[in-house]
Amino acid sequence: MSAADVEIAGVGIHPFGRFDAKSVTEMGVAAVRASMAEAGVGRGGFQAAFCGTAYGGVAAGHKVLDALGMTGMPIFDVEAGCASGAAALILAADAIRAGQHDTALVYGIEKMPRGIIRSSFFEPWREEAGLAATPAYFALRAQRLMHESGVTLDHLAQVVVKNRRHGVENPAAMFRRAVSAEEVLASRVVCEPLRLWMLCSPNEGAAAVVLRRSAGRSGRPVKVVAAVLRSHLPGNVLSEATPMSGRVDDSIPPPTTLAARAAYETAGLGPSDLDVVECQDTDAARELLSYEELGLCPRGDAGKTVEDGATEMDGRLPVNPSGGLLSKGEPLGASALGQVVELTLQLRGDAGPRQVQGARTGLAHTVGRGANASVVLLNR
Amino acid sequence: MRDGLFTMATDGSARLLGGWCGTCGERHFPSTASCPYCSAEDVTEAPLSPTGTLWSWTAVTAPPPGYGGEVPFGFGVVELPERIRVITRITEADPARLRRGQVMRLEIVPLHRGEDDRPVVTYAFGPDER
Ligand SMILES: [Zn+2]
Repeated sequence: MSAADVEIAGVGIHPFGRFDAKSVTEMGVAAVRASMAEAGVGRGGFQAAFCGTAYGGVAAGHKVLDALGMTGMPIFDVEAGCASGAAALILAADAIRAGQHDTALVYGIEKMPRGIIRSSFFEPWREEAGLAATPAYFALRAQRLMHESGVTLDHLAQVVVKNRRHGVENPAAMFRRAVSAEEVLASRVVCEPLRLWMLCSPNEGAAAVVLRRSAGRSGRPVKVVAAVLRSHLPGNVLSEATPMSGRVDDSIPPPTTLAARAAYETAGLGPSDLDVVECQDTDAARELLSYEELGLCPRGDAGKTVEDGATEMDGRLPVNPSGGLLSKGEPLGASALGQVVELTLQLRGDAGPRQVQGARTGLAHTVGRGANASVVLLNR
Repeated sequence: MRDGLFTMATDGSARLLGGWCGTCGERHFPSTASCPYCSAEDVTEAPLSPTGTLWSWTAVTAPPPGYGGEVPFGFGVVELPERIRVITRITEADPARLRRGQVMRLEIVPLHRGEDDRPVVTYAFGPDER
């Protein structure tokens, strides 16, 4: 069976933001219900469930289906940092492709703590020494991109301006006000060169996708043509794995590149076939780095690419029409499926005022702690 | 903070303690039981050069989780002659006063007062004044 055999039957999202009165389970229930309603799938309408979460705690995915009285089938709770939701989707798609299930439910849920995220990832001594400063690692990567790709502070601001402008039209986004480059540059310096508004906000939310084996229905459903996860290779000191040391070698391919290459090969597609992209923008520099690592532009051209407007809504290849994490905020376990929800709407032509005209092929990308990178290719 | 990160000679000069793999020849920091490149177990603890060059840097302006010391502080990557890059605190907290390729020297600096009011120290690289 080919990779074209898995299709998206329905999607649902609980807006990303801060919802003090709601539990993470309630947000998950809302997203799951919406996706099932769209898919026309009732209780017992799927044979397995896969839940992505990083901060949800023990059996978080079970709690969502418990609340709906829909347990009994296998429920897999999946943690893969920022790629958790994508990892859940990959397992579900592979299981359907292998003939194990006809229909599977995939959902991502998160309620992030406020403030700088404390992660069990760092050893206590690194925390004590101040070396567990997540934004500082983003800043070191940003500095290298500025040295190596000619990226400027203005380019970083432009990414924020673009994504915040896109986010205005997304009811699921946390921030829906457009900002100017001057405002971005005037926001507090968190870690040079990164200003506060160049960093996404950890927050809360949920997203769900119902996958099923394609039955060759009419109406051209959105299909999952590749769904790939790759981890980092040893040696890169600034990889998302945040090791304490690495080699003096800049040729080590990052996990995003490994995942993209495998996904393009699986689908028989290349970057030039894409109409729309949702990519990881935990910080403004991360989006530019993703352009290069996903092959959306040649190495060293990321700054120029955003400067030319190529990744704007009306550009050659719109990136983050949803507003990206810079507008939506990032509920870790839900963010990758939020991207899949957005691309599904885009490929169906249902994205309303933020519609990328005529979009038929889309790419969703995440990369995060571990380090894991996911690339999901959808087409219609 | 943690044993085995660095050593101090009697003359006060400090060295980071790296790991040197007898199978693949790669070095890493801090030293671990298994080689993080080839998984071999014949790792020998070996001091690293006390000087290197600055490769990337920033300043941390808000206290990260689990940190009780002062802010702002410098943070960066120093490249050592053993062909490895190491994550480190930087003694200079003003990024504008640092430059790419600058020669940096290892120092042991106070971090905060621990239990029993004993000083807790850590390693950091600072601009080489020699
Ligand atoms: Zn080795």
